[in-house]
Amino acid sequence: MRKNYNLEKRKYVIAAFILIIAGIYLWRLYDLQINDARYKESADSNAFLRKTVYPSRGLIYDRDSMLIVYNQPAYDVMIIPKDLTQFDSVDFCNTLNIDLPVLRERFADLRRSPGYSAYTPQRLISQLSSQDYGRLQEKLYRFPGVFIQKRIIRQYNVSSAANILGNIREVSGEDVKRDAYYQAGDYTGDLGVEKSYETYLRGQKGMEILIRDARGRIQGRYEDGAKDVPAISGHDLYLSIDMRLQQYAESLMVGKRGAVVAIQPKTGEILCMVSAPGYDPRLLVGRERGKNYKMLAQDESWPLFDRALMGAYPPGSTFKPTQGLILLQENIITPQTAYPCYHGYINGGLRVGCHSHGSPLPLKPALQTSCNAFFCWGFKAMIDRRSKYGSSAKAFEVWKNHLVSMGYGYKLGVDLPGESRGFIPNAAFYDKFYKEGRWSANTIISVSIGQGEILATPLQIANLCATVANRGWFITPHVVRNIQDCPLPETSTAVRRPTIDPKWYDEVAQGMRMAVTGGTCRRAALPGIEVAGKTGTAQNPHGKDHSAFMGFAPYENPEIAIAVYVENAGFGATYGVPIGSLVMEKYLTGEISPARKAMETQMLTSTLSYESPKRKSK
Amino acid sequence: MKALNVSLNNRTPSLLRDFDWFTLLLYILMVTAGVISIYAASYDFDQASLLNADEFSGKQIRWIGLAGILAFFIMLIDPRMFETYASPIYVVTLILLLITPFIAHDIKGSRSWISFGSMSLQPAEFAKCATALALAKLFSGYQFSLNAKLSNYVRAILIIVLPIVLILAQNETGTALTFMALFFVLYREGMSGLILFAALMAVTIFVCAVKFTDSTVLGMPSGEFWIMVAVAVIITSMTLIYERTLRVVRNVFCGIAAVCLACWALSAWFGTELRALPIGLGTIGVTAAYLIFEALRTGKRALLIPAATAVLSIGFMFSVGAAFNHLQPHQQQRIKVVLGIEDDPRGAGYNVNQSKIAIGSGGFTGKGFLNGTQTKLKYVPEQHTDFIFCTIGEEEGFVGALTVTFLFLAMILRIIHLAERQPTTFGRVYAYCVASYLIFHFCINIGMVIGLCPVIGIPLPFFSYGGSSLWGFTILLFILLKIDAARKRKRV
Repeated sequence: MRKNYNLEKRKYVIAAFILIIAGIYLWRLYDLQINDARYKESADSNAFLRKTVYPSRGLIYDRDSMLIVYNQPAYDVMIIPKDLTQFDSVDFCNTLNIDLPVLRERFADLRRSPGYSAYTPQRLISQLSSQDYGRLQEKLYRFPGVFIQKRIIRQYNVSSAANILGNIREVSGEDVKRDAYYQAGDYTGDLGVEKSYETYLRGQKGMEILIRDARGRIQGRYEDGAKDVPAISGHDLYLSIDMRLQQYAESLMVGKRGAVVAIQPKTGEILCMVSAPGYDPRLLVGRERGKNYKMLAQDESWPLFDRALMGAYPPGSTFKPTQGLILLQENIITPQTAYPCYHGYINGGLRVGCHSHGSPLPLKPALQTSCNAFFCWGFKAMIDRRSKYGSSAKAFEVWKNHLVSMGYGYKLGVDLPGESRGFIPNAAFYDKFYKEGRWSANTIISVSIGQGEILATPLQIANLCATVANRGWFITPHVVRNIQDCPLPETSTAVRRPTIDPKWYDEVAQGMRMAVTGGTCRRAALPGIEVAGKTGTAQNPHGKDHSAFMGFAPYENPEIAIAVYVENAGFGATYGVPIGSLVMEKYLTGEISPARKAMETQMLTSTLSYESPKRKSK
Repeated sequence: MKALNVSLNNRTPSLLRDFDWFTLLLYILMVTAGVISIYAASYDFDQASLLNADEFSGKQIRWIGLAGILAFFIMLIDPRMFETYASPIYVVTLILLLITPFIAHDIKGSRSWISFGSMSLQPAEFAKCATALALAKLFSGYQFSLNAKLSNYVRAILIIVLPIVLILAQNETGTALTFMALFFVLYREGMSGLILFAALMAVTIFVCAVKFTDSTVLGMPSGEFWIMVAVAVIITSMTLIYERTLRVVRNVFCGIAAVCLACWALSAWFGTELRALPIGLGTIGVTAAYLIFEALRTGKRALLIPAATAVLSIGFMFSVGAAFNHLQPHQQQRIKVVLGIEDDPRGAGYNVNQSKIAIGSGGFTGKGFLNGTQTKLKYVPEQHTDFIFCTIGEEEGFVGALTVTFLFLAMILRIIHLAERQPTTFGRVYAYCVASYLIFHFCINIGMVIGLCPVIGIPLPFFSYGGSSLWGFTILLFILLKIDAARKRKRV
């Protein structure tokens, strides 16, 4: 038969067809296998069940290595949504004693949460009670796709120091976004050292990689566990807090609002830090956490507000030592310079009242008697000394910078979250407020006695006291004195020196000693121990004066420096001095001397009444 | 060719020398790779040896051994016998197909398996060979020409359609469809290319319009968008084929290119949001109108073909879309399920998704032999039979998939080459039948596992586990090799 050459050419069409198809397929294969990484992930999420192994969170001990915070197992109900075939939700609800709508709502929440995936374990219910856990464990075979994950929650040996210890909470969506370590449902520290030392405490999560077949059955461990990552326990924390002292100070503050901060001057270690009213840290554990948190947040006495480091108060007369230091350093006064006081500072139609004492008087007696006039005159002499500084504004900047070096006006850097910076105005502030050049010392005279715009936290006041106790240096106050297997952060060890010659601190310390021996805080005197102190009575636009005290002891070689601030409690001597001296005595001698028992009882039992205060802005 | 034949006539034709060793080599490579893939696909973590007769790989080796014996005997048969007995073989096969559903057990709804002791075979797989022989026999009739009279078409189509009907009765839709591949042979033997082209276009447009509706391109379903692009390319190419003077081609090409350029410029420089539908319709419509205008002006009727193609394709596309959208959702679903385009989540939809994951996760070089998690953990269904390509894609990666593709390409092109060198119509038509079956299986099977084709359950020749498929293709191939090896014998 004759070949039809015209038809023979059709072999090219057929060949071209198959070549084109093969070309399309190869392009598709390239796209699937090389271009698109999602398939790799899908295959991995199919085959590998990554089970998180949670590390044990670091424990927290107090100064005497007494265990304060430890871990307790809790059981979370986990689901892998994809595997929830034929899920009998009614049976499930009966087993766990929950209502069906609640469960549905929980499922809906889960699907909305950022880390949701149908292929990975999701936390359905957290922290089962042990009865529920037992019941579910028995029936678990009926619910494919459901498993129980052991988790760790915190438990506390004390009901104090919630402001220092903090607590843990489930991570928020923002936490997950911010830190890749977290997955939805993880816990993270909230408030206190739980938050500030989170990275030490949390340890390192481990992972178990299990092989799962198409029916969800576990077929073994991937590479016999060679790729598993063991969990690394968190580091234990040793607090500088003396828990017994803390509890004692808290008991003295019952019924009052305010703060007590005690520091070991040589180390900057905080011995106790009370914010009153406080709350039991155990309230924020377990399934009731949400409810209790809401209750605390709505309490008008603000228990969640750590007054010791978040509360910014007018420091009142406890501020006067800083003024003495600055005036001496700037050669405005000498230790002998005396200013007159005729029941106050009277200048240019301005009068700042004072009480009865000798006049004129130099610095030390001024501290002893807490003379307002002395510090007003001194302040005026400095701020208005154009010959030295050029202008009031420039003088004021010098003044402000000294205070900043002493730890005022900025966060001190304590190792706890939420610290307030207090407030020290600068010249620009007054330039704006009064217009440039339209203000002078007299305009702002009240800052010299710790009133006016000046705000400080009790922690800053305590730190000033520690600096005086050390005669001129301090270490940033901190509550963690030791981290297991880790060095302390440098901020907790570095010595900071204010821009004041140490010799001037001696003058101030002597003045504070005189205040105890024969001045405003005679009630602070302890038998056999030389105490130095300074009272403060801070005027307060919202009500009765705040009662403040700072002091340290022993006078030589001090072991404790303390600041007490009691809201709306009147004179510094009425509440601040007794509470401060009792805490110091308790710390130094371990007990209260018989002569002072009455004072102790009075402090333990007295209760101040507070009207519903308006919330101060932070 | 003739001169060559004369010069070779002096030498005695030798089976060994004239045998096409290259195809045999490809066959051995593919079958071996197939066993290894089956071993990998059915490998269980606990056990397994390649030769374990209880395992799929072990069984497949047994099938291959028997296939080898089968091939050997085929090589001993006088090739003229195939032509002589083509009709009886075809008739016997039809009878066998007819009675199969009555004696076969129901396996997953299919009544196509006949058991012989522990083995079962599918007559449908062997019907491929019988049909190929019958078709070759028909064409080799004295002065047979497909286009000579209509009855020739009817006879050819009848030969193809009869087994299809009988196999459909066994509920083996996939296997039945493979016979449609023989229309390639009809094309090669003179059927108008337009028929084949129209059929392919219709199927492609239908599947694209129904299948790719999830994503959109420039405001229209991606399936319809790509059909429009394809139609634009096709009418340009067709104009090139039918119109020798370049003027019209140039105008069409420049016109379409200008529109594309303008669209690109508008979106790139001015950020205009383009609507594909009016632009595409306008371009294709204007082109068709222009072609009709040229046809009328110059009297070249051939130009009406691309114009008609454009109008009919687009019209078909929209009528499919409109008709489909007019249906109730559950009816749409039903059609998609029947066509294998979509299935209930536990069925083919899940399967194709998992098979894409398996292949896609292989990367460039694959996860390594026996390291495929998708297949080992049974995420991919039918992984040793219809979805065997997944194992290759997952464990051997793009390199493996590419190699398999090239093996098939090489074999198909080689068979086309063999077909064209046959001195007899019988040999040529038969060879084209073999090539067509391979093309169809290759396109559908791999297209299915990579998610481009509807899920039609047919095996990947030489690779998939199964005696019937392996034997069927072995017989097909070795009859061809025998015929080819004897091509230089003097015809009596």
